[in-house]
Amino acid sequence: MADHDKMPVDELTGIETTGHEWDGITELDNPLPRWWLWIFYASIVWSIIYMIFMPAWPALPGFDGHTRGLRNHSERANVAVAMSELEARRGPMFAELQRVVDEQGVRAVLDDGDLLNFTLAAGRSAFGDNCATCHGAGGGGFIGYPNLRDDDWIWGGSYDAIRQTIAGGIRWDAHPETRFSQMPAFGRDELLTRDEISAVTDYVMTLSSLTVSADADLVLGASVFETQCATCHMADGRGDITQGAPNLTNNIWLYGGSREQIQASIYRGPYGAMPSWENRLPEPVITALAAYVYLLGGGETLAQASGPETGEAG
Amino acid sequence: MAKKPNPIWSWHKRVLEQNSLLLTVGIIGVVSIGGLVEITPLFYLDETIEEVEGVRPYSPLALMGRDIYIREGCYTCHSQMIRPLRDEVERYGHYSLAAESMYDRPFQWGSKRTGPDLARVGGKYSDEWHRDHMRDPRSVVPGSIMPPYAFLERTPLELDVIPGRMRALQRLGVPYSDEMIDAAIDDVRTQVDPFAPGYDDFLARYPGAPVRNFDGNERVITELDAMIAYLQVLGTMVDFSTYEADADANLR
Repeated sequence: MADHDKMPVDELTGIETTGHEWDGITELDNPLPRWWLWIFYASIVWSIIYMIFMPAWPALPGFDGHTRGLRNHSERANVAVAMSELEARRGPMFAELQRVVDEQGVRAVLDDGDLLNFTLAAGRSAFGDNCATCHGAGGGGFIGYPNLRDDDWIWGGSYDAIRQTIAGGIRWDAHPETRFSQMPAFGRDELLTRDEISAVTDYVMTLSSLTVSADADLVLGASVFETQCATCHMADGRGDITQGAPNLTNNIWLYGGSREQIQASIYRGPYGAMPSWENRLPEPVITALAAYVYLLGGGETLAQASGPETGEAG
Repeated sequence: MAKKPNPIWSWHKRVLEQNSLLLTVGIIGVVSIGGLVEITPLFYLDETIEEVEGVRPYSPLALMGRDIYIREGCYTCHSQMIRPLRDEVERYGHYSLAAESMYDRPFQWGSKRTGPDLARVGGKYSDEWHRDHMRDPRSVVPGSIMPPYAFLERTPLELDVIPGRMRALQRLGVPYSDEMIDAAIDDVRTQVDPFAPGYDDFLARYPGAPVRNFDGNERVITELDAMIAYLQVLGTMVDFSTYEADADANLR
């Protein structure tokens, strides 16, 4: 190739060309812009500095997994430090909450503004991450997932009962102390005839003072209820929290309160499950959650605003 | 008007561009560096995987669930990678380990979170919740923009393909034994029926796998069974009681 010093110069721009020509078209030989070139060189230098100070090379033999760099930086070590700082900041308040709840009962939290704020904040954030998906952001529940704001409790609404439910879950096989009960699938397993299911559906509706059709066979319904349902839901239909049998007299329905929904529940025997949180969330967070759910408004004795924790209705 | 050329630039033009042999050697040198940086670490991959207890290959049913997860493009909205950042560890649990996806081919780390991370979703919700949620996500999460996947519970799971898929993974190094592959279809039936005769053998092959009817329909094994079986095992395998997170080799 020709001596580059003698490249032809483009007349219009005054810039050298490459000397190549295609049908009269020539190519300017502009250098790369300087700013670009210097940033490029700087990035090479930066990458070398980075490799010296930061972990850079994975899996080189003799480096115990990877090169550590002079700073010995580790995201995993950093997050452990961040978590323990968090622990150190929250720990005292969690301990205080646990102490107050253990010694004075959960309602004492209401008397301490700071502790109450802390409990509600900690509870709300854990609730949002873990519970809201089923029970709704405000705890209002959906069909199949109980409302936690009312004072109707299937497994008990005292602080201790709520805490036990959260820790062990409901029908959660993986936890040895999970809450367990099972309503038979009266229709699917053919324990009752269609007429009997229809009659007992009407009877259950009358327990909550719902209107039933004039030709409902309430006599048959009452007798079916007495033989099949009363063992768990009690003869008066008020349920039994020790067995997780819901109260049928307050017109609060976990699986819907229309005639079709009540009949479908009797037919299939609902088997709703709640995960156990004991091994998933730290102990103090479970305490805060239980207190939070209690304080949502439906906690027993709080709603009744009377006396010690005795009347655990429904 | 002509700018004074940069010295390196003019050296490049004068020496490299005008000497084809030198240019060739230079190109080979640059490309080799790129290749070395990208390829060499692959030979030492084993050293990047933490030593943990409990991680095993997916049960055949969960494996099919994983394939459906990929087929439906779940990874485009859900990541499976909890980063070692405080906020993520607070929300999702222990940060993800390389060992947790060592039998995933391809891994499902993802890069986009339109929905939440699913790396530890196993055991977080009940099967019934997953059923409701797949049928109509808005029935349980009013603000959700996830499309419904109601057809999963109406689509019978294709069983014939399972041994072939396990065989392919076996060739790629996933430790499926021939016995596991032979028993694959029976194992699918066992995993949805706690009273099946193969229960003990199944759990010996896949310790800790959940065994129950996942979609609530006992008449047919559906794609929803597979999907829920997969979701319920995500992030549950590592035994963190024996994992030393702060051991030097595990800090990175």
